Amino acid sequence: MKLSYYPGCTLKNHAKNFEDSTLCSLEHLGIEVEEIPRWNCCGTVFSLATDDLMHHLAPIRNLIRVKESGSDSVMTLCSMCFNTLKAANERMKSQPEDLDKINDFMYRENVKYEGDVKILHLLEILRDEIKFDNLAKKIVKPLNNLKIANYYGCLLVRPKEIGIDDMENPTIMEDLMSVLGADPIDFPYKTECCASYQTVDKPEIVADRAYSILSSATGLGAEMVAVSCPLCAFNLDQRQKRTLEKYPDFKTVPILYFSQLMAIALGCPEESLRFDLHYIDPMPLLKEKKLI
Amino acid sequence: MRVNISKNKIEDPFVLKIQELSGQNLLACYQCGKCSAGCPAVSEMDILPNQIIRYAQLGFKNELLESRSIWICESCFMCNSRCPKGINIAEVIEALRQILLRKRKDHLEVEKMSGDEKEDVPPIALISSMRKFTS
Ligand code: SF4
Ligand code: SF4
Repeated sequence: MKLSYYPGCTLKNHAKNFEDSTLCSLEHLGIEVEEIPRWNCCGTVFSLATDDLMHHLAPIRNLIRVKESGSDSVMTLCSMCFNTLKAANERMKSQPEDLDKINDFMYRENVKYEGDVKILHLLEILRDEIKFDNLAKKIVKPLNNLKIANYYGCLLVRPKEIGIDDMENPTIMEDLMSVLGADPIDFPYKTECCASYQTVDKPEIVADRAYSILSSATGLGAEMVAVSCPLCAFNLDQRQKRTLEKYPDFKTVPILYFSQLMAIALGCPEESLRFDLHYIDPMPLLKEKKLI
Repeated sequence: MRVNISKNKIEDPFVLKIQELSGQNLLACYQCGKCSAGCPAVSEMDILPNQIIRYAQLGFKNELLESRSIWICESCFMCNSRCPKGINIAEVIEALRQILLRKRKDHLEVEKMSGDEKEDVPPIALISSMRKFTS
């Protein structure tokens, strides 16, 4: 199996741990990954105003790159890239007159876009294409006795037409964690937004939100929280510094990408986990569990 | 609170503009409050999501354009997913932001942020906040 891959901006810096652990895991699963050439930022958020076509140019241009590379589907890791690319594509499919207008601006492209690229999130690929059963066969270090709360946030599951699972009670991450040998913990904040881009100018809102979300998870016994989005990861991990300043009773908790957990279970080397990028160091817990 | 409802306000082009930019039928709302019940940001808001829709129906232009709520919303789509009438509240709030942003009334002053502050946050955060809060 060969996958076309769209990384997006943050996977190349702050979320290098997400990218490296994914690439290592897919290599262990015998899957070839090809990064699409000359990709650009997708814009991170889908433009919601009906007349704002201009901001759909960036995501659609990336889908043209996918077609150019000879593929008809693309893998994303970041929940926001996934949502923006897929939502822009859905709009092109449902509103052909918008697609015509977008194509008018693509005069320097050799490929005409027809709404024909499928946008997939890695979690969906694991569930539907690689299949969890096959993944299970490749596990060398099951994540035994590790209690993990799985945090979806918003854009992986909402809106309904875009989401990869049930939007009120998704279970795809819990299912993956069970396959990896861990104990998934259900918690009521799993689809509550982390306050997203408010982190730039209103970080105190994020600190409060991290307090509610993470305290709920640890209160129910979680030893770590798994995420699938670099913005969720930043808000829930790096912002714990502020949360702790504001709430002295706050219990810190390591935040990992689901891909890092998969990489551990598949026997990827420690370098691919890039724990140097974390604020709350997961090492003590992983050592205690004899996983590192 | 005392409010003035008038035909003039209801027929103000502002109401049509919101409907046009958001693609939503504001009159479909029957004020059940489910959008506000699910919204994670209400504790920071001055006007709740269901009230935003009501104010929009009635053409309360100043109240809406001066409200803190439109900059507090995180576009998380929880309200949209819960509305029994299929109204996309997040789109209505985006329309309100757009009405201001198209007049260059930016909410975020990136140029005033220090280099350190900008480096501290990942590109995904900077780009999304600029997309939502600047023209
Ligand atoms: S959930 Fe829908 S119908 Fe109910 S108050 Fe909100 S917008 Fe109105
Ligand atoms: S999209 Fe905005 S108004 Fe709706 S639930 Fe999320 S934060 Fe609240």
